[in-house]
Amino acid sequence: MNAIVGHGASVHIEACAKTFADGTLALAPATLDIARGETLVLLGPSGCGKTTMLRIIAGLEQPDAGGRVLFDGVDITAVPIEQRNVGMVFQSYALFPNMSVAENIGYGLKIRGVARAERAARVAELVALTNITGLEDRRIDQLSGGQRQRVALARAVAIRPGILLLDEPLTALDAALRDRLRGELNRLLRSLGITTIYVTHDQAEAMELGDRIVVMRKGAIVQIGTPREIYFKPQSRFVAEFVGAANIVEAPVADGRLMLPGGVLPLAEGDTHPAAVAMIRPETIAIVAAEGAALTGTIDSISFIGDRQRVIVGGASDKPLTIDAPNTVAVTIGDRVGLSVAPDAIRLLPEHD
Amino acid sequence: MRDRLIFTAQLLFTLLVAAFLVVPVVLSISAGVTVNYFRGISSGVTLQWVFQVFDLYADTILLSFLIAFATLAVTLLVGVPAAYALHVRGGLLSRIVEEIITLPLAIPGLAIALALLISYGGFGGFRRSWLFILVGHVVFTMPFMVRSVMAVFSTIDIKTLDEGAASLGAPPWRRFLDIIVPNAMPGILAGALMVVTLSLGEFNLTWMLHTPLTKTLPVGLADSYASMRLEVASAYTLIFFIMIVPLLVAMQFFADRGQKA
Ligand SMILES: Nc1ncnc2c1ncn2[C@@H]1O[C@H](COP(=O)(O)OP(=O)(O)OP(=O)(O)O)[C@@H](O)[C@H]1O
Ligand SMILES: [Mg+2]
Repeated sequence: MNAIVGHGASVHIEACAKTFADGTLALAPATLDIARGETLVLLGPSGCGKTTMLRIIAGLEQPDAGGRVLFDGVDITAVPIEQRNVGMVFQSYALFPNMSVAENIGYGLKIRGVARAERAARVAELVALTNITGLEDRRIDQLSGGQRQRVALARAVAIRPGILLLDEPLTALDAALRDRLRGELNRLLRSLGITTIYVTHDQAEAMELGDRIVVMRKGAIVQIGTPREIYFKPQSRFVAEFVGAANIVEAPVADGRLMLPGGVLPLAEGDTHPAAVAMIRPETIAIVAAEGAALTGTIDSISFIGDRQRVIVGGASDKPLTIDAPNTVAVTIGDRVGLSVAPDAIRLLPEHD
Repeated sequence: MRDRLIFTAQLLFTLLVAAFLVVPVVLSISAGVTVNYFRGISSGVTLQWVFQVFDLYADTILLSFLIAFATLAVTLLVGVPAAYALHVRGGLLSRIVEEIITLPLAIPGLAIALALLISYGGFGGFRRSWLFILVGHVVFTMPFMVRSVMAVFSTIDIKTLDEGAASLGAPPWRRFLDIIVPNAMPGILAGALMVVTLSLGEFNLTWMLHTPLTKTLPVGLADSYASMRLEVASAYTLIFFIMIVPLLVAMQFFADRGQKA
């Protein structure tokens, strides 16, 4: 499988900004390093500049003056996309309607002057890899959404690109298919071991696929880190709320404890701000007996989700707290319960934003 | 019962309208093969008028086809890339260019011809050659090609397809030939059909631009109506029909197939 693609190139983006002709500042100057073979996910809400960043790396968009893009240390800012050897999967797939599936996958090789027999062998290899055997002679409009997605990926990978760029490749699919393909895509990307930049606004996708995640907001990078860092150690309220569910608690701090209306929560050592905005993930709050608990509240509502239950507890904090409890915990609406949170599960955030 | 009545009335009306349109065609064609039109078909059927037309006007028929296909070639070579450029660039400038290309639709053919004569009438060799008529036909038919190709571009995401091909390493000319042209084919075929039809039948402009040595079929037809027996002119119409109908059917056939593909 190591022959499918090489390990690809490393990418360095330096002070790349993008102002569109109409004056929109789509991307503030961004600097970013992507290691050879790494999968980097650009994550952020709609309109935050993810696609713009991807298109600058691809060569479909020129950065504003001063910005530079380097592949393997070579400045390729002025090189057009057709000479950058990037594989690209577009959100709309951009499959050629005038060609069959096999012709689509083989097009990049044809351009490179690869002989017919070798091309056919390579196409067969990718058809097998992406699980679309039997569809080679179909026209594009005879494919389902999931099949199109696979053809688009096979076509992008066929040319042994230095870098694989994917712009929300799963967004056009329905939820069930998206989940299935996400796993499949993850295994495939890992087995290819190619440098990959993956754009999405779906945090679950970002967590599963990314070696590192770049969280973006309004044209700026707000945090870069591994999925665990982004999830457990968000550096801002925005990241905390965008990635996963989060309780944001605003309360004064005294003696290393968070002073809440329903009691106190001890903080980890070193967290000594006088007042704080704190993040507590729903699954880190445990429901315990009310007697002797440092923090208590009343159960407002319970939603049974299957693998867990989501419990809303009022009176404990300034706002009702959301708790993901194991599905075996017996609770009833109106119960008075105690709550406990491990000190290192409480993350203090800067006040602003 | 009421539905039946409405249906019958509609059918009758349709047939009447069709007859109104078809009868002159039939009469005209039959006049072309009658010995004496004023005595009617009873005077006998003959091909002498047809042969006479061939003797007198064979070159106009050839020239018409030459000009029609030359016009097609020019509108294809210029119009398709132009439509692509206008679509991709977008913006105000493109809109203005598009309007300018479309202008000849609204301007009478005579006015276009006059403008051409005033501007280029002085270049004797050019003025006397069939290329002068070609220029007029290109100006007149270009909007049909550009518009029908642009209409296709607006229904498919041609920009992303182009970017897709670019990401696979295709240089611009390769993308144009491999991706843009095949996907614009329905529009190109529809445009080609219009261009050829319009060029073959164009009279206004051509009449102004022609010289005795550069007559096209419609100009020759006018000529024969003015100066020959009615039977000759009708035989001319007959020839026009026989040449153009199979051509149009064939082109329509290809256009339909292009549409489906
Ligand atoms: N060609 C353009 N001209 C002007 N503004 C543009 C252009 N392309 C994008 N923008 C603007 O730049 C900003 C960033 O757009 P971009 O497409 O990068 O966002 P995104 O993060 O990919 O969003 P989405 O998740 O919706 O795809 C948006 O405000 C968008 O409106
Ligand atoms: Mg986008």
